[in-house]
Amino acid sequence: MWFKKKVQAKPEEKLDLPEGLWVKCESCGEILYRSELEKRVWICPKCNFHFRIGSRDYIALLLDEGLLEELDSEMEPLDPLDFPDYKKKLKSAQQSTKLKDGLVYGRAKIGGIPVIFASMDFAFMGGSMGSVVGEKVARAIRLARSEKKPLIIVSTSGGARMQEGIFSLMQLSKTSAELALLAKERVPYISILTHPTMAGVMASYASLGDIIIAEPGALIGFTGPRVIEQTIGEKLPPGFQRSEFMLEHGMIDLLVSRTELRNTLIRLLKIICKVQ
Amino acid sequence: MNGGIYLDFEKPVIELEKKIEELKKLSGVEDEIERLQQQAERLKRKIFSNLTRWQRVQLARHPKRPYALDIINLITEDFIELHGDRRFGDDPAIVAGLAKIDKHSIAIVAQQKGRDTKEKIKRNFGMPHPEGYRKALRIMKMAEKFNIPVLSIVDTPGAYPGVGAEERGQFEAIAYNLFECTLLKVPIVVVILGEGGSGGALAIAHGDKILMLENAIYSVISPEGCASILWRDASKNKDAAEALKLTAQDLLKFEVIDEIIPEPIGGAHTDYQKTAENIKSVVMKNFRELTALPVDELIQKRIEKYRKMGVYKE
Ligand SMILES: [Zn+2]
Repeated sequence: MWFKKKVQAKPEEKLDLPEGLWVKCESCGEILYRSELEKRVWICPKCNFHFRIGSRDYIALLLDEGLLEELDSEMEPLDPLDFPDYKKKLKSAQQSTKLKDGLVYGRAKIGGIPVIFASMDFAFMGGSMGSVVGEKVARAIRLARSEKKPLIIVSTSGGARMQEGIFSLMQLSKTSAELALLAKERVPYISILTHPTMAGVMASYASLGDIIIAEPGALIGFTGPRVIEQTIGEKLPPGFQRSEFMLEHGMIDLLVSRTELRNTLIRLLKIICKVQ
Repeated sequence: MNGGIYLDFEKPVIELEKKIEELKKLSGVEDEIERLQQQAERLKRKIFSNLTRWQRVQLARHPKRPYALDIINLITEDFIELHGDRRFGDDPAIVAGLAKIDKHSIAIVAQQKGRDTKEKIKRNFGMPHPEGYRKALRIMKMAEKFNIPVLSIVDTPGAYPGVGAEERGQFEAIAYNLFECTLLKVPIVVVILGEGGSGGALAIAHGDKILMLENAIYSVISPEGCASILWRDASKNKDAAEALKLTAQDLLKFEVIDEIIPEPIGGAHTDYQKTAENIKSVVMKNFRELTALPVDELIQKRIEKYRKMGVYKE
């Protein structure tokens, strides 16, 4: 049975962010005041870099009253391959993030419009997709289909989770298959890409949105830049695989600053769902 | 068929076979030849019934292993290759087309590696670009239009990790194939022939039945990639192959694949003809079963199959 819980973002749960009073911007190197950054939803005032934030932050930022009626919150990963150190890594990720795995989903409202909302956590093993993430995405899609509510997924991921081997790869098939059924019922799906969204997640549900929105400066692609550099034997140009680059190459619909994300979603949903 | 290229664990057999060839030039040694042939056979059986995962990786990547076109030419009567994605270009790492197999019409999409240096470069080592995946989808949609089943042959180290591939949406090409193949109204039978390299393989491996050759591999990441992440040492690829559980035998146990296609003792590279016969007989059996299903049931079963994939606790 599903588990009903209300989650509201609290500042002390910003677990994916650097500790301390001062924070260095990973993009421009500027040293910034932590409290100042918090007020600016973790956007660098100097270069507009969007720091990584967690699912709790997106719940607070995007959903009406910052509320998510979370489902399947107790679902947990197993270790089907008996993979070296996986159990240990899971335990430590669960302790440090206070999450069971890298994705939460449930029912919510945005601008009064009921939606199914899912959001990933990079802090949980690099947002990697194993069986739990894949199954929760699949269930979120099925729920959106059965309740005919728009689906919104905020993605951030390094790709499929190596430690679950072939089962992780199969989540690409599983989630894409559910999206084919969702599309057949003409239920809208908005995919939001945040820094970084790569590999297996990009090669499945994250790039199958009717509308794909990306935050500025997010790394988006299939193969990571280091592997590409090793393969071609040269340095990649600045900005390669960033969201601005992907917009230019026709891979995303919109580039939206974090501060405008909620408003943009409301405007889009009002048009798609034909409400005033 | 072994022309000078062999793996370390094949060596004892190769040496015995060489000795037999030399003895054949002499007369009056028939008994000795007979004895050595039996010994070689026993040795081969012994080695090939106890392969480690890493040895299977080596067999899957064997430079003499049959590639997609070798198999296509042996199992089909009239293969007509069709080119291009109608969007950007033609990717030689993927061959696609129409064919007759035992008088039945089929469509084929396949990843193709190159044998010599020139062909390796032409085929980009079997690593497709987005236009390759889009060509494959175009041919699969054509198959749907003409109501003919699809045979997909997988053999790739992975999707090409390059600048153009990213610019043209490698991720989108893979995702869209999975999306579109879900509701394709004709059967899709997939054969993992050699290497099934992650998302680059999966892009043409989303179908009704997943068949895998006895010594093929299929994995979320290469053993080398896994080893460099886990132990920061790509030379620990043997340990990584063990950890990843990437063999046909592992995947059948996990119920991720449906059937193993046996290889001749000594590996697929020692007998292309026999390998092709084995592939053909299993593929045809699956086509017969799948084409007998009503379309709705075919698609429903395909969806259910992917719904079941994954291991978690609630
Ligand atoms: Zn900055």
